Amino acid sequence: MASNAAVPFWRAAGMTYITYSNICANLVRNCLKEPHKTEAINREKVHFSISKWEGGKPQRPSLFDLIHLKHELGWRIAL
Amino acid sequence: MFRQASRLLARTTTLTRSRAFSSEVPATPTADSTFIDSWKKVIPNMEPPSTPTSFMVTRPQTPTSIPSKLTVNFVLPYASELSNKEVDMVIIPATTGQMGVLPGHVPTIAELKPGVLSVHEGNETKKYFLSSGFAFIHANSVADIIVVEAVQVDHIDPSLVQKGLAEFTQKLSSATTDLEKAEAQIGVDVHSALNSALTG
Repeated sequence: MASNAAVPFWRAAGMTYITYSNICANLVRNCLKEPHKTEAINREKVHFSISKWEGGKPQRPSLFDLIHLKHELGWRIAL
Repeated sequence: MFRQASRLLARTTTLTRSRAFSSEVPATPTADSTFIDSWKKVIPNMEPPSTPTSFMVTRPQTPTSIPSKLTVNFVLPYASELSNKEVDMVIIPATTGQMGVLPGHVPTIAELKPGVLSVHEGNETKKYFLSSGFAFIHANSVADIIVVEAVQVDHIDPSLVQKGLAEFTQKLSSATTDLEKAEAQIGVDVHSALNSALTG
């Protein structure tokens, strides 16, 4: 059994399968005709809030934190 | 102590040899018989409660002869597109190429690439464009196709596909880091697959 078998290019670049799969799904959704496109995008909308914890309490995220987070997550998640 | 060793060793090898190496799985039981028996011994007057096993749909047994139809379960995270549908053949877009699955196909686990899934039933063919996923083909001619996003080919907008393809080809040539190159390559792959789905 080859332990270093040919890995897919995305795994070689450090991406996991879930990330790859979600990118593919997002690209396909963006290529749909209306109204299917808006339906699909609304269906996949995720609402979440992230906060850093300090001293056992969640801190309210500052505007700088939100901008930094959006830059990190990129276009994959709508914030 | 050592006199017993050879006897014990011989016993374990005969036990392992008697079970044939096969990919067949037995049919799942409808009820937990040992639980019901022990319940009846202790409380013979009350009905034994149902266990999760009694609510589950039994797995179809592996038939001795090749069945005439393939049972397809095509599921998405938000919907069950096809559930226990009897079809003649499905063609799945595996990473190793287009794979035709007929009843009696050898048990396979296939990773899917972005491409077209076609379901053939009688004279009609239904096509779906899949983003990515997996296909499990079992010995009892049941195919489970699990994907993240599936769209009908006529729901795809050709102009958006062309635009995306041009954008990602350009990104691929100007990419610097490994991750950027990988993302651009994924974009190119998905859009080329969409393109060939529209034309083919």
